[in-house]
Amino acid sequence: MKAEIEVLHPGLFSSIQDFGRRGFQKYGVPFSGAMDRLALKTANLILRNKADAAVLEITQMGPKLKFPAPTKIAISGAYLSPKLNDAEIENNEVIKVESGDVLSFGRPVKGSRAYLAIAGGFQTEKILESRSWYEGITEFQKLEKGHRLPYSAVSGEEKETYASVKFDPSYLETSEIKVFPGPEFDRLPQELKTKLQKTNFSISKNNNRMAVQLGEKLENQLEPIITGPVLPGTVQLTPGGNLIILMRDCQTTGGYPRVLQLSEHSLNILVQKKTGEEVHFKSGS
Amino acid sequence: MAEFPKISTMGERAILVQFEPVIDESLLEKLLFYKNKLEEFYDEVKVEVTNTYNSLLISYLFAIEDVYGEVSALKRLFDEAKIIKLSNRQIFHLPVCYDEEFGWDLEEISSQKKLSKIQIIELHTAPVYTVYFIGFLPGFLYLGGLDKKLQISRKKEPRLKIEKGAVGIGENQTGIYPKSSPGGWQILGNCPVNFFDKNSDPPCEISPGDKVKFYSVSKVEFEEISQQVSDGKFQLKKENYEG
Repeated sequence: MKAEIEVLHPGLFSSIQDFGRRGFQKYGVPFSGAMDRLALKTANLILRNKADAAVLEITQMGPKLKFPAPTKIAISGAYLSPKLNDAEIENNEVIKVESGDVLSFGRPVKGSRAYLAIAGGFQTEKILESRSWYEGITEFQKLEKGHRLPYSAVSGEEKETYASVKFDPSYLETSEIKVFPGPEFDRLPQELKTKLQKTNFSISKNNNRMAVQLGEKLENQLEPIITGPVLPGTVQLTPGGNLIILMRDCQTTGGYPRVLQLSEHSLNILVQKKTGEEVHFKSGS
Repeated sequence: MAEFPKISTMGERAILVQFEPVIDESLLEKLLFYKNKLEEFYDEVKVEVTNTYNSLLISYLFAIEDVYGEVSALKRLFDEAKIIKLSNRQIFHLPVCYDEEFGWDLEEISSQKKLSKIQIIELHTAPVYTVYFIGFLPGFLYLGGLDKKLQISRKKEPRLKIEKGAVGIGENQTGIYPKSSPGGWQILGNCPVNFFDKNSDPPCEISPGDKVKFYSVSKVEFEEISQQVSDGKFQLKKENYEG
């Protein structure tokens, strides 16, 4: 049976995400997809969903959602004090939801982005092989009051066959970001290479699904490059000396020198940081 | 050992192949030839290959397990020197209205470059531009071949909003904003055509290696074409291109 969650309050910034779009970079379409893929997978696996089923990515201040029909949900990633009706609920557990239940969130305690998975995945529109919201591709970009999120209702009768999924939340608190040299790394003077290794960088307020700018500037003498490919996790050095780490919704090409490339797991770590928190780079091998 | 192509990993899931940093049509032909070969080579595996002016990016669905093996295989592929010229190229004729309503920076270009508006339009519509790749925004064509007399620096402060269809120039490039967006190029007109349709397969009709030529239309013709585009009745003028 089809049902639709009613958005009573949208929260700060939430969007439907899955693994994102592949195969459309050549048309200039960003990858998009969940910022923290580990949490996306975990939330889905707990419910025995496909690993890439669409979830709701919730940033810091969560929404208030009303479920018109029974289902099961699981939340992973950041701990944003979730409550079902008046009862506190845990992350990384199967939560049974009944008709009329209301899910809400409170204080962000640990991490920045939580992932709400629902049995069978959210059934919002699929465009260019993905349900990930992105401006100009999907109808919506961020959750608004009154939105309805379709899902398939499941009765609570069937056997409990949910997997016990091991989830180690320690990555929410680490500040070590593993990086590889980017295509223009070798052009950096030794002094800057050392600085990249030794500096504790803070997350500036310019951080969103497209990019995270770091708060500390470097003295930069590198010339812009002829426009070339960039990826989520590419660290660009602007002419003004800013370091910009590209995120899942980033453009497909760019003209700033690409000095570092984050490891896949480091992206999960970074996107759980709030404005002002610090990270440092550690070279991977 | 030759300096190019330079093959390196870009993180755990991508390999970047860089050629000499130039904007050059024979390099584009070489890149597109290799891109086709790569797409055949990887047939069954979920791998995506994209090109820019001088790079190929091969991005994998999962982390690359055997980097050494992968890079050696690529090297062998790039050793093939026989480049087959591109076939199936098309030239698209794109209408542009250079009316002052859309040509926000015509005055500035005119005074900086000491050209009349008519000369600017002639210089912009004369060349056959080459589509190098699509990037920046869905459907944004990177075009090469702008007349040197029109090369102009970007605006000091980028505009917060440039209209969909705006035709701009910046340094040695010209292009069309496929949707409204912030941007720093000097704007000289508007092209009422859609360059990206998420419901079409493929979503962009124009591909790297294709050619583009602009033609000037009046405000009245612009309105007519806009209407046809929104009714889904507009047919892009295109022919086969024999380079």
